[in-house]
Amino acid sequence: MEKNIYKILNELRPEFDFTTSKDFIEDGLLDSFDVVALVTELETNFNCLIDALDIVPENFTSIEQIIAVVRKNGGTL
Amino acid sequence: MTIISYFLKTIKNHPNKTAVIDGSRRITFMELACQGQKLGAAVSALCDGAIRKPVGVLLPKSIESVVSDLSCIYAGNAYMNLDVKMPEQRISNILDAVQPLCIITDRIHAKLCAGSDVPILLFDEIITLGDISGEPVLCEQYKKLISTDPLCLINTSGSTGTPKSVVLNHASFIDYTTWGIETLNLSEDEILGSMAPIVFDHSSYEFCLMLIHSCTLDFIPESYPSFPARLLQYMVAQKITYIFWVPTIMVNIANMDLLSRIPLPDVHMVWFAGEVFPTKQFNYWRKYLPQATFVNLYGPTEITVDCTYYVIERELQDDEPIPIGYPRRENDILILNEKNELAQPGEEGELCVRGPYLAMGYYNNPEKTSAAFVQNPLNTAYPERIYRTGDVVFTNERGEIVFKGRNDSLIKHMGKRIELGEIEHIIINTLKLVKNGCAVYDYNKKQIVFYYEADAEIETSVLRREIGKDLPAYMIPTRYVHFRELPRNTNGKIDRLQLKNLANQ
Repeated sequence: MEKNIYKILNELRPEFDFTTSKDFIEDGLLDSFDVVALVTELETNFNCLIDALDIVPENFTSIEQIIAVVRKNGGTL
Repeated sequence: MTIISYFLKTIKNHPNKTAVIDGSRRITFMELACQGQKLGAAVSALCDGAIRKPVGVLLPKSIESVVSDLSCIYAGNAYMNLDVKMPEQRISNILDAVQPLCIITDRIHAKLCAGSDVPILLFDEIITLGDISGEPVLCEQYKKLISTDPLCLINTSGSTGTPKSVVLNHASFIDYTTWGIETLNLSEDEILGSMAPIVFDHSSYEFCLMLIHSCTLDFIPESYPSFPARLLQYMVAQKITYIFWVPTIMVNIANMDLLSRIPLPDVHMVWFAGEVFPTKQFNYWRKYLPQATFVNLYGPTEITVDCTYYVIERELQDDEPIPIGYPRRENDILILNEKNELAQPGEEGELCVRGPYLAMGYYNNPEKTSAAFVQNPLNTAYPERIYRTGDVVFTNERGEIVFKGRNDSLIKHMGKRIELGEIEHIIINTLKLVKNGCAVYDYNKKQIVFYYEADAEIETSVLRREIGKDLPAYMIPTRYVHFRELPRNTNGKIDRLQLKNLANQ
């Protein structure tokens, strides 16, 4: 799952290196449009529906947080 | 008469009321007036008392940017807000074209204009927010102004690669603001949930509404629009009553069905503008905010914020476009067909605007000014300017004006106005990344697509990174398609129509 998520992130924002960022939001790697696009990609790739109330900054700061929010909403590999 | 005449009344009646909320910080009208004058005096001193000239403000949207804009007005000058997220090259292009008297910035952002020879004023060296002790400083340069003197300059995308700076005067913003107050019964107690970037004309309207009518501006934290649930929770907690947003974010909220879970009982005034609001998602908002007045506004910056408005009162079917409505006070709308005659009801034509509140023109740019602001073709008796918007509209059977599309390569993307030609110009001529190319808009996916001619395909990440050095993020194309040779029409020009159709298949 981790590898796939990095792939999605790199396609959305090829100009950034997500592996070295400690906080995607704080570092400005994801702007308003990207989070919506990212959620759509995660839902398609991991066959889940992410609850809108889970789309909050603290769930998108790192790869671990993103994996956790996908798992919580029923996402599978 | 300037906007300060109105602000003086606000200070007198509500000295201790909150003018702006910026995160955990607040500023009252009295503090705003004191600090605006103090900074205004510094501006004036640095520029030898010059008036009616632009002053750049290079700060993030904040109490500091509000104080700075106000200081320019006190100093008798026009503020020009600059986006701190813009690439340095773009900032430098604007500064070269406009040559402002000085730039107000802070220590953190000063490096963004380090290459320029425009004098710099550091906000944090002059003003300590909250500290209004000591002798009050008076700055009364504004008293030399008349209502047609410039209030602000607003930069819009221009096809030659350098933005055009629209000059807007005091009278036009006073009229727009008082029109809103009088026509839509805005009260002094409105708390406005402000999301517009400070480089937009909507943001200047919000600023004027605060100065003129003592409304409170609540600056919504910049990251919240990415997280609609957080945004709505914030609106509830802050008791926001009035919003003026671009539809993009409202569409996201509707698609996530968030209003059923986070209702907004305090919001009673919803304005939107900047792009077409799909009616299905609009009807969702209407269903969950039955107490609210919804107003669709339309207009380019060149006519001062908006020239038509539509208060949505009747039911609209999901497949029926929301009309842009009727001319605003003191704006006359001419719909001109290809023969430059008034279009008949139902006939499509270009929306043109006549009236006293057109912009003064583009700063330092007489060619572009005379191309966009032209003689009214229906009047051959005396000089009378109209502004040709390039937007195609028609009037429906109810007499409402309906937006149809554009007749050139200007698009609305994420609520921002973009000349596709500017993207092409930067990539092909300035950065010389490809031999030739054509930017088109994919209206379904809401993406900018760039078709380019080059010997070999170039990696998307390389293109994005390079383009990002010159263009702001929202103007960087999402998709790139390589051609050894782009399709040409019979005149040998790139066949835009074919590429546009290809992108929208």
